[in-house]
Amino acid sequence: MRAATYSFLILFLSGTLFQLPGGTAKEEFPVPPPPLSEGIFPCSACHEGMPVNPTKRELKDAHTDIKLHHAEGVRWCLDCHDPTNRDKLKLTSGELVDFGESYLLCRQCHGPIYRDWTAGIHGKRTGYFDGKRTYLLCVHCHNPHDPKFNPIKPEPPPYRPRDRHNVR
Amino acid sequence: MKMLSAGFLAGFVGVGTSCNHVIDEEFLQKHFLEMTDEEKQRVVRRLEEKYLREYGKTAHVSTGAAKPKTLWGYGLDLSRCIGCRRCVYACVRENNNSRYKPQLHWIRVIRLKKGNLINLENAEHYYNPETVPEEDFIYMPVQCQHCENPPCVKVCPVHATWKEPDGLVVVDYNWCIGCRYCIAACPYKGRVFNWTRPNIPKEELNPAMHYLGNRPRIKNVVDKCTFCIQRVRSGRYPACVEACPTGTRKFGNLLDKNSEIRYLIENKRVFRLKEDLNTEPKFYYFFSL
Ligand code: HEC
Ligand code: HEC
Ligand code: HEC
Ligand code: HEC
Repeated sequence: MRAATYSFLILFLSGTLFQLPGGTAKEEFPVPPPPLSEGIFPCSACHEGMPVNPTKRELKDAHTDIKLHHAEGVRWCLDCHDPTNRDKLKLTSGELVDFGESYLLCRQCHGPIYRDWTAGIHGKRTGYFDGKRTYLLCVHCHNPHDPKFNPIKPEPPPYRPRDRHNVR
Repeated sequence: MKMLSAGFLAGFVGVGTSCNHVIDEEFLQKHFLEMTDEEKQRVVRRLEEKYLREYGKTAHVSTGAAKPKTLWGYGLDLSRCIGCRRCVYACVRENNNSRYKPQLHWIRVIRLKKGNLINLENAEHYYNPETVPEEDFIYMPVQCQHCENPPCVKVCPVHATWKEPDGLVVVDYNWCIGCRYCIAACPYKGRVFNWTRPNIPKEELNPAMHYLGNRPRIKNVVDKCTFCIQRVRSGRYPACVEACPTGTRKFGNLLDKNSEIRYLIENKRVFRLKEDLNTEPKFYYFFSL
């Protein structure tokens, strides 16, 4: 199943990278605030006036926790982050979007998943059905730099029928 | 000595009568579907007072009816479930289930060996690895399937369980006689039995209740998943949907063309458990991959 998705992804990437799937019309999706680390935003607090370094390298002076494991062979930070306005994300069209709209970035390469997401099938909607429901951003569940969903510890199994917590 | 025992007796009689009074009123209570609004209000008030006494919390017991043009349906994405059981415990807390003696879960997460989904011999729900998901398994949560054609309802000798107009299969705990025919009749093991009063830590009582749902059960009654009737009838997702970290669980109105449940039925490969039994579950499993 995995293999199938990936070959599909690659096909998708080579064929239609620059076409926005799901139409170009911008729909609105209410989302909770993006899960940025405390104190990191606005990025421009540091980056304003700082020289831009577009070379692929190991970062030593900041963001040392970020290790890019996301199609890193073919891209680097400034494919997603705008070099001049660090408070925005950058689409391949050059258009800048807010961190609250990072799904627009993801949809460039993950069209079918994005479509499912808008329907509430991939990812998750919470709150009230009518009007007030919100969408979790892709980045609430996937670290954009290392998006693989990590294994987690399960909650405990139920007590067996004869367990001392269960018997009369 | 005299004085003391007289006082003791008086006290005892006092308690006795008030107790009898409550029992009588409960005993004489009508079937939920036959109560007038006024009678419902009286019952609700009595329950709220009881919960305040027993748990020290002001509860709100809704008797809210089904909304028109609504038929609730559930979707579960087997490609995404990682078997973490967050839903199981979110359900317990939301629905005021007994925590121990007995521990009553409305959701059972079954672990199945990949590639051999038909063979239920390898299925188990006590798995406990360090982390999930595990390489060779898939996970299938099972709960009440809210059948259109529910066998549990058919076998109830006193009509204590029935299907609501919005499709929810519910139980009037005050009407249930504890015969457990419904438990035997359910092909999905969707029902559990309260052989004693529920053990719920006072501070964990969820005060937002529905009469046909998560109000604390009484001794010797059957209960089960209600799709969180107390939440969905006021427009909120069930607790298990909200708790799921992977977005495996989907919920919505089958009659609403824009609901996620309709989207997945129309766009994904869906199946229902034991379709050959003609129970017509409103619980759709699907594969998004
Ligand atoms: C695939 C596109 C993409 C690439 C490539 C990328 N980022 Fe990001 N980055 C994002 C998105 C989207 C967010 C917003 C996450 C959020 O909303 O929490 C983000 C957030 C951040 C943040 C804030 C993190 C925090 O702790 O809140 C920093 C810093 C950052 N990126 C730096 C980098 C650096 C440095 C690189 C290169 C090594 C890089 N990014 C590569 C998409 C990308
Ligand atoms: C505390 C100051 C600080 C903040 C806040 C900060 N950065 Fe940086 N950032 C740096 C420094 C310093 C470097 C250079 C690190 C190096 O070269 O080792 C850097 C490098 C980067 C780079 C690599 C490309 C380049 O221009 O060198 C990206 C991309 C980046 N930051 C994105 C972000 C984003 C996005 C945010 C906000 C979410 C952010 N940063 C917030 C200090 C900061
Ligand atoms: C420029 C194209 C591109 C963009 C933009 C992009 N991705 Fe990806 N993504 C890929 C490719 C290619 C792969 C498969 C290769 C890999 O995993 O590195 C992938 C893989 C993934 C995976 C699967 C990882 C795994 O190993 O299971 C997830 C999840 C993911 N991306 C999420 C996102 C999210 C979230 C965003 C938006 C913040 C995003 N992607 C933006 C190209 C992109
Ligand atoms: C509620 C959490 C959640 C949200 C929100 C979410 N995802 Fe996922 N996503 C998952 C899970 C869980 C998987 C399965 C990961 C696994 O099996 O390792 C997944 C898998 C993926 C994959 C890998 C391919 C696949 O189908 O397994 C991609 C790509 C992806 N997501 C992209 C996105 C994008 C793009 C968005 C936003 C439009 C998004 N996700 C939103 C939870 C989420």
